[in-house]
Amino acid sequence: MAQDIARIFVPADTTARSVGADAVAEAIRSTAADRGAEVELVRNGSRGLYWLEPMIEVVVAGERRAYGPIVPGDVEGLFDADFLAGGEHAKGLGATEAIPYLAEQTRLTFARVGIVDPRSLDDYLSNGGYEGLRQAVSLNGEQIVAIVTESGLRGRGGAAFPTGIKWKTVLDAAGEQKYVTCNADEGDSGTFADRMIMESDPFLLIEGMTIAGLAVGATQGYIYLRAEYPLAIEIMAEAIELAEAAGYLGEDVMDSGTTFHLEIRVAAGAYICGEETSMLESLEGKRGIVRYRPPLPAIKGLFGAPTIVNNVISLATVPIILAKGAAYYQDFGTGRSRGTLTVQLAGNVRRGGLVEIAFGRTLRELLEDFGGGSASGRPIRAVQAGGPLGAYVHPSHFDTPLDYEALAEFGALIGHGGLVVFDDTVDMGEQARFAMEFCAIESCGKCTPCRIGAVRGVEVIDKIRGETDTAANVELLRDLCETMVAGSLCALGGMAPYPVMSVLEFFPEDLGAA
Amino acid sequence: MTTTDEQSTAIREIALAHAKRPGALLPLLHAVQDHAGYIPASAVPVIAEVLNLSRAEVHGVISFYHLFRTEPPGTRTLYLCRAEACQSMGARELEEHAKGKLGVEFHQTTEDGRFSLEPIYCLGNCACSPAVMIDQAVYGRVSAQRLDELLEEP
Repeated sequence: MAQDIARIFVPADTTARSVGADAVAEAIRSTAADRGAEVELVRNGSRGLYWLEPMIEVVVAGERRAYGPIVPGDVEGLFDADFLAGGEHAKGLGATEAIPYLAEQTRLTFARVGIVDPRSLDDYLSNGGYEGLRQAVSLNGEQIVAIVTESGLRGRGGAAFPTGIKWKTVLDAAGEQKYVTCNADEGDSGTFADRMIMESDPFLLIEGMTIAGLAVGATQGYIYLRAEYPLAIEIMAEAIELAEAAGYLGEDVMDSGTTFHLEIRVAAGAYICGEETSMLESLEGKRGIVRYRPPLPAIKGLFGAPTIVNNVISLATVPIILAKGAAYYQDFGTGRSRGTLTVQLAGNVRRGGLVEIAFGRTLRELLEDFGGGSASGRPIRAVQAGGPLGAYVHPSHFDTPLDYEALAEFGALIGHGGLVVFDDTVDMGEQARFAMEFCAIESCGKCTPCRIGAVRGVEVIDKIRGETDTAANVELLRDLCETMVAGSLCALGGMAPYPVMSVLEFFPEDLGAA
Repeated sequence: MTTTDEQSTAIREIALAHAKRPGALLPLLHAVQDHAGYIPASAVPVIAEVLNLSRAEVHGVISFYHLFRTEPPGTRTLYLCRAEACQSMGARELEEHAKGKLGVEFHQTTEDGRFSLEPIYCLGNCACSPAVMIDQAVYGRVSAQRLDELLEEP
């Protein structure tokens, strides 16, 4: 009886919904009702093949088959083609797992994303969920930290600091109360990996944070989550409630006798709060003004207590490391960049989406093999890597392998893994100006190089673009960039010049050298 | 007069409900804004008193964060993403179109009170740029024509 009911998956993450997935789900529901077809409609997360969204899937003989991108007008035709039995249709994509974009990935952190119903704890459990925590509760803090250190996991927020070493510092720090905080203030343009985890596999983040709490002896965790992600807030909040009710959070985590509480704190639209000390100030209910370091947050963080501050992806990667062992994770990657990297292909790219791969693939492979070139069909002129503070990469560097060290050689960075593609219609002078404008809007105002420098940066770039005393102003701009890089307190002022300097160096014809 | 009193009572209740939380001010301000649509100036002394902060401290926090507003918004708010991924797909042109269509600049509300226009820096919808958000609903691959349709929807 049960096998007669067809299972249909219609993604319900922000991006799928932003391009009409809800209307598609509604059309499927009503058409099925009209035709007397019995269907079970699951609202899964997205697989991250965003150019195909809304991409629906049906289970045929135990295998998921995809169709996309689907509009409500396609639904009648899908039923006519008997898609419930895997029937041929112009928008058929075959077996989902065999779609090259997905088949060529190594999904470790994103193993369940797009597969499960994010609102179902049962689904999480029956797909390997909480295996990592199950291991962790049988170990002591030292042992958990040792495994994470050995795995080679480095912070995926941007700074790439070894996660295990950070945890060790918190573990060794004296303090009655310690905290685990998750920086989910994913403000970099071109990034959506954190959002995908939270919307498509929220229990994974909860599990990772709980393991972190066990590792360092913290009983309270906070997720600092951007207000710009209302759906992620809703889904995470629901997941926390379910995890509490089932004993995976609370006074006695998985009958281990240890306590871990988790709470969401909603941010309020300040990019600077993605900087860890600014985030801590914000969590304390203050203006998000950057703190001096030292002391490190690991020693003196939230409310003055030893605090882990980790990015969503870093924390979400911990469960699989605990479940499968440090060596399993270590085996992926290259050099000092171990494990997988979550690249997000964004902007003017034909096949935008999430690509989780082992480190070491080149930018060109990402842009061409996965991305399929620009969305407009025009030549790609530049790629901004690593968010608004990242350099614009010139096509002459596209054969660089993606790892932390290789990109750093020409002033670029991986950051949070976002790649924003621009075609040849881009005005790089305008992009350089925006980098400074953004820094001026988002500066917390504490240090002068950032607060004043960004404003002056916009003015100087305007003069260069207006062809006023160009050579002298280019010189002045270089000087200003140097001052900001060397003299700013945090990465905002310290890195906002990177995109500007990359334009001066690699696209001089757009800024001053006309 | 009555409505002001009612509002101030409601704000005090919200403040009291949050007062005991560690780092209470941000969640409290969100709750006030969710309740009233904005954070009225009259809320500042109430919040300051309940949390034992100075008015300047409360004002300082409100003014620091882009998403806290101190004026009543329009019936709906259109947030236009201005960040790089959307720029690469024509967000600058879409911004000009929206400003022209609504007859307002950023941080302003249309004369009929239907729409407030706000910039936003990334909705995490960067693979389907350009993106906009209307209240809490995100839309992707938004052309000028699509934006016009969205603005017409009830």
